[in-house]
Amino acid sequence: MSEGTEQEANSHEIKPSNSKVIKKLVLVVFAMFGFGFGLVPLYDVFCDITGLNGKTNTVGVAYAADGIDTSRTIKVQFITRMAKGIPWKFEPVINEISVHPGEMKFVNFYAKNQSQRDIIGQAVPSVSPGLAAGYFQKIECFCFTQQPLKAGEEVEMGLQFYVDLDLPSEITTLTLSYTLYDISGKADS
Amino acid sequence: MTTETINESLDDSHNDDHHDHKMTGMKRWLYTTNHKDIGTLYLWFAFIMFLTGGALAMVIRIELFQPGLQIVEPDFFNQLTTVHGLIMVFGAIMPAFTGFANWMVPMMIGAPDMALPRMNNWSFWILPFAFAILLGSFFMESGAPNFGWTFYAPLSTTYSNGSTAFFVFAVHIMGISSIMGAINIVVTIMNLRAPGMTYMKMPLFVWTFFITAYLLIAVMPVLAGVVTMLLTDTYFGTSFFDAAGGGDPVMFQHIFWFFGHPEVYIMILPAFGIVSTIIPAFSRKKLFGYSSMVYATSSIALLSFIVWAHHMFTTGMPLFGELFFMYCTMLIAVPTGVKVFNWVATMWRGSLTFETPMLFSIAFVILFTIGGFSGLMLALTPVDFQYHDTYFVVAHFHYVLVTGSLFSIYAGAYFWLPKWTGNMYNESLAKWHFWSSLISVNLLFFPMHFLGLAGMPRRIPDYALQFADFNKWVSIGGFAFGLSQLIFLAVVIKCIKGGDKAPAKPWDGAEGLEWTVASPAPYHTFSTPPKVD
Repeated sequence: MSEGTEQEANSHEIKPSNSKVIKKLVLVVFAMFGFGFGLVPLYDVFCDITGLNGKTNTVGVAYAADGIDTSRTIKVQFITRMAKGIPWKFEPVINEISVHPGEMKFVNFYAKNQSQRDIIGQAVPSVSPGLAAGYFQKIECFCFTQQPLKAGEEVEMGLQFYVDLDLPSEITTLTLSYTLYDISGKADS
Repeated sequence: MTTETINESLDDSHNDDHHDHKMTGMKRWLYTTNHKDIGTLYLWFAFIMFLTGGALAMVIRIELFQPGLQIVEPDFFNQLTTVHGLIMVFGAIMPAFTGFANWMVPMMIGAPDMALPRMNNWSFWILPFAFAILLGSFFMESGAPNFGWTFYAPLSTTYSNGSTAFFVFAVHIMGISSIMGAINIVVTIMNLRAPGMTYMKMPLFVWTFFITAYLLIAVMPVLAGVVTMLLTDTYFGTSFFDAAGGGDPVMFQHIFWFFGHPEVYIMILPAFGIVSTIIPAFSRKKLFGYSSMVYATSSIALLSFIVWAHHMFTTGMPLFGELFFMYCTMLIAVPTGVKVFNWVATMWRGSLTFETPMLFSIAFVILFTIGGFSGLMLALTPVDFQYHDTYFVVAHFHYVLVTGSLFSIYAGAYFWLPKWTGNMYNESLAKWHFWSSLISVNLLFFPMHFLGLAGMPRRIPDYALQFADFNKWVSIGGFAFGLSQLIFLAVVIKCIKGGDKAPAKPWDGAEGLEWTVASPAPYHTFSTPPKVD
């Protein structure tokens, strides 16, 4: 018995300090759980500031280039792909276009809902090489909005863009890729 | 069998002082708050999980014995690799180390028990439920998780076979268990050290577990967060990793590896602690460069937070990012090199003897270093593009986890078995275990380097014909390695049942408080703290 009480006395002695440490550690645990979620906006902010990740502007910008640099010609390629489970036909009307930096261009994309039901689509753009994304300016894009198509309906969707004058000189080809998703379930009306 | 021994040990000591001793059978293990009991539970659980994960690996190796599909479907093959990885990481290596921490940390710092014994009980007993959920999913219609132990989105969200929820809840429970265990270790080491034992007098073993516990506290919540995001993405319509809703699948990899890279050090730092205890004992010298070992361990832990993206070189990172993560990763070789140097310097001109714990420790130093070198190769961005997702990566992480972590666990188990059971293990049987493991493990993993360099992708149930010969030998090595581990089981059972009685300090070069108590260690040790000068 004596040993038991001694042990108890021991633990009484250290208890306040124990609980202090525990409190701190539990706080760290919750903070790090929060940090995990905090990484989500941080990631976006980081990509936004550094222009990484091939993400382009999500709302239209006004044309703001000082003239056209005819000494350079940039090849802009368009590719499209359908995410799993969207029964649309979706393709660029022209696959490739040559532009001078600062020059505004307008191209069309064709989409058709080949299914028997109404579907809301959302195209998500990505530019490769990723570092060029910040220089690819979209004035108008169908990807800014959701695209509802009734069963069997087809549409031509426009994209108006220009390439910044200060696009790094080593970049001569840009690839703009659109992935089309079915967001019927998730769309905000 | 364990029950018997420890009950025996109770009879030897002063069991009638405490009421909780009188519990018998299952109840004793369910209700126990004794650090030695819980350590034993952790170690047995880890070993059972090791055999389970090993059995899955055996099926993988049978399938890969010859090219073509032999016995399993590709989807089931994916389930095998996934669950094998999850079980070995979360079910075998980590609980085994927690078992060591529970058994040895209080005895090494002169504490009567862990600081939070009831929480200790809970953190062990939720683990079997986690793995019951994970393994149970094999028997469900959906099948077990098939998206790799790294569970990349969208494989685990959009393309999941329906096992995501079970997987997520299992990981949640494992995470809670690890966090509680880690908090317990930190509080124990901070508050229960014997008078006079300053931080820089702690055995290096204790230091490594201290640092590992901090790593766990820092990153297990991030893992909990990322699996929670997976759960809501899959079942509740959020879009963390879904580009359609504005999310980003690459972000999954960033968050996962922010947890995942510290996690690999969680699985190796305790191994450093174990071999740093054993090598001095059998060299009959003090550990060379104790304080540099402490600082090296801490710097490895700190660096582990800024290297995560070296797992993602092929995701299209910008050049600056690749260079940053490449150089930071290579920097880790410096403190690790300090450690390897110190181990070798400890052995230098020592009076070496080669009992089984020492054999496993020396094998650890050599083979872990091979794993470290292949890690350096993988750290080089330009060549990583070729190695990525090939068997070279598989060879690398099995060298550090099997011949690294697992070998250190074996070294530690042989080293402290006399203390745990009161009996010496059978040395010649143990040497059989060592040599057969050593030969087979190299036959198993070394050719994988060449397979990877030649372009064989990982996680594939079939392969091109030119890989057939190497895969046959790898499989033979795998079966031999698997069988060799049964020798260990035999050694442990024999040792628990009997054998030569172990003295309090069976290794003449060993140092530390744990050797000042009787063998087997009495149920309660250091009820009065020892004085350390």
